[in-house]
Amino acid sequence: MRRAKTPAAIGILAALGLLLFLLPMAGLIIRAPWSQALGELADPTTTTALGLSIFCSLTATGIALVLGVPLAMILARTRGTLRNILRALTTLPMVLPPVVGGVALLLAFGRRGLVGSLLYQAFGIQIPFTTAAAVMAETFVSMPFLVIAVEAGLRSLDHRYEEAARSLGAGYWRVFTRVTLPLLRPAIFSGAVLCWARALGEFGATITFAGNFPGRTQTVPIAVYLALETKPDAAITLSLILLVVSVAILVGMRDRWLGAL
Amino acid sequence: MRVRRGAFTLDVDLSAAAGETVAVLGPNGAGKTTLLRALAGLDEMEGRVVLDGEVLEDTGRGVHVPAERRHAGLVFQDHILFPHLTVLENVAFGLRAQRRPQPAAVARAWLADAGLGERAEAMPRALSGGQAQRVALLRALATEPRLLLLDEPLSALDVSIRAEVRRELSRQLASFQGVRLLVTHDPLEAMALADRLVVLEQGSVVQSGAPDEVTARPRSRFVADLAGVNLLRGHANGDHVTLIGDALVAAADAGSGDVFAVIHPRAVALYRTRPDGTPRNVWHGRVDSVDLYGDRVRVRVAGPVPLVAEVTRAAVRELGLAAGADVWMAVKATEVAVYPA
Amino acid sequence: MIKRALAVTSLVLVAACGQPAPAAGPARTTLTVFAAASVQPAFDKIGLKLQNTRNIVTTFSYAGTQTLTTQLTQGAPADVFASADTAHMTTIESAGLIRGQSVLFGHNRLEIAVARGNPKGIHALADLARSGLVVVLADPSVPAGKYAQQALAKAKVTVHAASLEQQVTGVLSKVALGEADAGIVYVSDIVTSGQVDGVAIPDAQNVVADYPIAIVKGTQNLSAATAFVDLVLSTNGQAILRAAGFEGV
Repeated sequence: MRRAKTPAAIGILAALGLLLFLLPMAGLIIRAPWSQALGELADPTTTTALGLSIFCSLTATGIALVLGVPLAMILARTRGTLRNILRALTTLPMVLPPVVGGVALLLAFGRRGLVGSLLYQAFGIQIPFTTAAAVMAETFVSMPFLVIAVEAGLRSLDHRYEEAARSLGAGYWRVFTRVTLPLLRPAIFSGAVLCWARALGEFGATITFAGNFPGRTQTVPIAVYLALETKPDAAITLSLILLVVSVAILVGMRDRWLGAL
Repeated sequence: MRVRRGAFTLDVDLSAAAGETVAVLGPNGAGKTTLLRALAGLDEMEGRVVLDGEVLEDTGRGVHVPAERRHAGLVFQDHILFPHLTVLENVAFGLRAQRRPQPAAVARAWLADAGLGERAEAMPRALSGGQAQRVALLRALATEPRLLLLDEPLSALDVSIRAEVRRELSRQLASFQGVRLLVTHDPLEAMALADRLVVLEQGSVVQSGAPDEVTARPRSRFVADLAGVNLLRGHANGDHVTLIGDALVAAADAGSGDVFAVIHPRAVALYRTRPDGTPRNVWHGRVDSVDLYGDRVRVRVAGPVPLVAEVTRAAVRELGLAAGADVWMAVKATEVAVYPA
Repeated sequence: MIKRALAVTSLVLVAACGQPAPAAGPARTTLTVFAAASVQPAFDKIGLKLQNTRNIVTTFSYAGTQTLTTQLTQGAPADVFASADTAHMTTIESAGLIRGQSVLFGHNRLEIAVARGNPKGIHALADLARSGLVVVLADPSVPAGKYAQQALAKAKVTVHAASLEQQVTGVLSKVALGEADAGIVYVSDIVTSGQVDGVAIPDAQNVVADYPIAIVKGTQNLSAATAFVDLVLSTNGQAILRAAGFEGV
């Protein structure tokens, strides 16, 4: 196929865009203290932060899947004003600055919060400053990605598959588990990965709502931020680790990610 | 039953017997798919549906049996096989859903019977259009439904493989015990498969009966086109029929009252000048189009009495018939078939 | 992610760089001051005074001292730097970023911040070790946090902090919001807050924080910078600082 020749302007702009992505990565890789990197990796602060980050982000993704898929199903089935309202609510965390999200979480779940105060007074449960708070903060900011991806997947699903299944005698749950979910798998998968990536990188809401304490709430982004001032080399190493993890995800997803989106 | 879809209302009174294939024929937009979906329980409707003595739907009494409990097999236009399951699992799906014993074995047997045994482990996307549609049919039949609903089963297929699949369909339907309802806009499909034809236009039944009867006495332009004859409508008075627009058609034994008048294109003779002779019906007109059908030519003539005439190619050449040409038509009164509307 | 941290940093840098364009009319100078979070209430007043008397408009960038130090070493443009401890000022001096010498402009001490009315009945550092108490401290990388650790060490108390905040004002806000029962902050923080009560720490356990101020090398507004520093060290400036809870020099 002979396409029309791409104008130079487009090429230049694209190259600039690429540079914007490439240069910071290059900076990270080139300036990294590779010789000390391994040593830093063994540092308990690093491994603790890494372990905590992985645990919290995976948990957040898990919660997002359990709550987000049903939410996406409701969204896909509603129409009109109700749908617009619901949609706005579920995408709000994406638009909200993370710190604002953290403040909002405090006002809802803090010791004096809407729900938090009840929990505290009745059961002595305090959510801020706990690992649970870190998970909640991450879930708050990352779940919308999953919901949006799954909703898009649902809307593009041919509902005749479900109708065929019903005509064959399948009840609601069989249709859902044997037909709808398998057909949704690409959308759920890409949504979950986006969600996980976002959760892994969350900083503002976490530090505001969960605070900062090694081993409990100090995730990698927070550790990097702190280390930047006191131990820049450790910060760079941690950043590198996160970069490697991200690249691994992207490579692993390749066409599946782009295709499903 | 009555189904409302926006500004469109489907109003149908239909019955079908076991072992009978009823084809619902109609142009697109007539409401055929709406009818099917309502019967399957997938769309809302108003009215009553009784299958085998069981009331599936009775809006008056608030009865509605959900789709999954109707035992109505549904075959879609584009097979809609589950893309993530193998051919075998597709066919076995309904069996598993209804907890029938030995779903895999039964499914395999159906596939083998249809000559598709070795495709059992294939994925739907590896099948040809015809094969996929056949598997879709098997999937519906495997659960031994009481009612089989087919939504234009052949129209998504290539014309070249349609005949083969139609034969297979015919064979399967013949051994199927329940009621079969087929909707289509393709007259060939309807004629080849139906025991009874129901013509649906704009949401209402305009004609119903055996295929031959229906085409012999068309009651709508659609069926007339299907049968390839000229259909006129008017008021009869003994030996002539007055059409809407006041043109007169002389006919033998026209009877009286509202009637349809059918003239076969072969009975229409064309002249460049006004003819003199026995034909009682002579009309002036202008040629609208000239279409070749093998050795024969169909000439569409517009005028007070619009008709299609079937003549030979030689005739067209000799008379110099082309679009826009002035022409006279003659039809013997005995060639006009009239029947009550 | 790292991107976010770097983005935050660069955003702060951009904000810090933004100098208001000189307005039309009588020549107005602008000044950029990087100052430790704890001096905000006092410095805001001093800045206002400077504007009224000398028509100099000051833009402040308040953050944890360690954050400001990093920004300065990365090349953030500022005219004056006020640190919450001498260690960070030394770092800046060693990097050759100071013009002349730094000068101490105030001292601060630590105090325990508690909710109004002190509902948990905290009266000493030792009480902070009580189980079930939610205590928040500043991260040791922040001067206030470092001092807090020193004070706790002096009092031989081990505290299990719920969170280690980035800035001492973070500690204060957590106590003010009711999320934390107690936190160790500066005396000046409690004086200017008005939303929390303070529990004094005896001198024997307390730490005196030294606040140095210096003019940044490469400043484009030497006279304005000098005027600011002079005002801080003047009687008026010291009075403002003392009113805010600092101890003068």
